[in-house]
Amino acid sequence: MKNSPVKTIVAIGIGAALFFVLGRFVAIPSPVPNTNISTQYGLLAFMAVLFGPVAGALIGLIGHALIDFSYGWGIWWSWVIASACFGALVGLISSRLRVAEGEFGAKDIVTFNVCQIIAHVIAWGLIAPVLDILMYAEPANKVFMQGLVGGIANIVTTAIIGTILCIAYAATRPKAGSLRKEG
Amino acid sequence: MRNVFNYIDRKSPIHELTGAAKLVCLLLWSFAAMATYDTRFLLVLPVISLALFFASGIRLRDVSFVLGFTVVFMVLNNVLVFVFAPQHGVSLYGTKHVLFSLGGYFVVTAEQLFYHLNLVLKYLSTIPIVLLFVCTTNPSEFAASLNRIGVKYTVAYAVSLALRYIPDIQREYHEISQAQQARGIEMSKKQTLVKRLKSAAAILIPLIMSSMDRIEVISNAMELRGFGKNKKRTWYMGRPFKAADIAAMAFGAALAVTALVLNRVNGGRFWNPFLAG
Repeated sequence: MKNSPVKTIVAIGIGAALFFVLGRFVAIPSPVPNTNISTQYGLLAFMAVLFGPVAGALIGLIGHALIDFSYGWGIWWSWVIASACFGALVGLISSRLRVAEGEFGAKDIVTFNVCQIIAHVIAWGLIAPVLDILMYAEPANKVFMQGLVGGIANIVTTAIIGTILCIAYAATRPKAGSLRKEG
Repeated sequence: MRNVFNYIDRKSPIHELTGAAKLVCLLLWSFAAMATYDTRFLLVLPVISLALFFASGIRLRDVSFVLGFTVVFMVLNNVLVFVFAPQHGVSLYGTKHVLFSLGGYFVVTAEQLFYHLNLVLKYLSTIPIVLLFVCTTNPSEFAASLNRIGVKYTVAYAVSLALRYIPDIQREYHEISQAQQARGIEMSKKQTLVKRLKSAAAILIPLIMSSMDRIEVISNAMELRGFGKNKKRTWYMGRPFKAADIAAMAFGAALAVTALVLNRVNGGRFWNPFLAG
C-alpha cells in the first residue's frame, strides 16, 4: 500500500510532535542516576517503517530540533543530524516490511531489529561523534564514549518499544486477502 | 498547560522583525559562533546578544527556568570534556604550560583552561540568541519563515502541524498515562527496567493508535481542500520584509563573514595566544 504525499506530510508533522512529546516529557528513570531513557527512538523507528526514509529523516530532524529549541541551548546539530540519519536508515526497510497490511511475524521482527541496531550504530557510533569533532572540536574519546552509551540505550529502547508498537499496530490492521467468499 | 515554546508577546523592535529575518539571523549567527574558536570574536558575541536581549524587553525572570537547564548542561559538558581529555587543549594549541597537578592523569594546563573558556564563551554566544528567537517569534509565523528561506512548503507545513499538535498530544499523553496508572501501571524506580519499558509501551500504544487515526483525519481534510496541488502557497502569518529586516540579515551575514575571515587570518579555527609569546 502506497501512502499519498499529503498523508506522508501529515505523518511527518504528527510524528515530529510525538517525538517531541516523548523526548521532552516522557522520562523513564534509568539505573544510572540523573539519566533518563529516551523512548522517542522506538517511535521514530516505527514511523519510519510505516512511512519510509524521507518521513523518518524529517521526523527525526524536526522533532529533535524542536526539543533542542525548547530547552534553549541552541541546536546541537551533530546529534540532530544523527537522529535524522537513524530515521532515514530504518526507513530503508519500509518497502520490505508490510506492517500496514497487518503482517509483522517472527521474521519481520528479526529484520526490523537487525536494521535498527545497524542504524543506531551508524548514527551514534559514527555520525554523531564525527560531527561533534568536526563542528565543535570536542575530544574524540569523550564523544565516542557518549555515542556508545547513548547508542546502547537507544538500541534497547528501540528493540522493546519499537517492536511492541509494530506488533500492536499490525494486529489492528486487516490482513490483505483476509476476506473469504462464503460458499 | 504551559506553552513549551515560551513565546512572549511584547512590543519591541525585535518582535517587529519578521520571523524569516530572525531565522536567517539565527542561522548565520550560530554558524559564525560555531565556525571559529577566535576568543576575541567569541567575547564580542555575548555582549551583542545581551544588548539585543535588553532591547527585546524580555526579562531574565521570563527565561530563568530554561536558563537553569542550559547552565547544568554546559557545566556537565565541560566536566565531561575535562575528565575524558585533560590534555585536549595541549593537543589543540601545541604548547604545554602546566599550572598544577590534581594527581596522576589530571594535570591542569593553561591551554586546557583556555579551551574551556572558549567552550563556555560558545555557549554564552549562542544561548541568548536562541532564547531570544524562541521568545520573540510567534510559532505560527515560524512555518511561514521556513518557507520564505527556501524550505519546501510541504515540509514547512509539516513543521507547522507539529507545532500545532504538540499541546494536543501532550494533553492526550497525560490523560492516557493517568488512566493507565489508575489501572496499576508502574513506571517509577521500584520496577525493573524492562518492566518500566513495557509499561511505557502500555501508554504509548493507545497514544500512537489514536495519533494514527489523527493522521488519517487530518490528511483526508487536507486532501479534500486540495493541499499540495499548487507549487506555492501563501501564509496567513507571512509578512513582507521591511528595511529593518534587511539590515538585521545584513548584520548576520557580516558576522558570518567575519568568522570566516578570522579563520583565514588565524590559519585555522583556533586563535592561539600561546605561540605569540
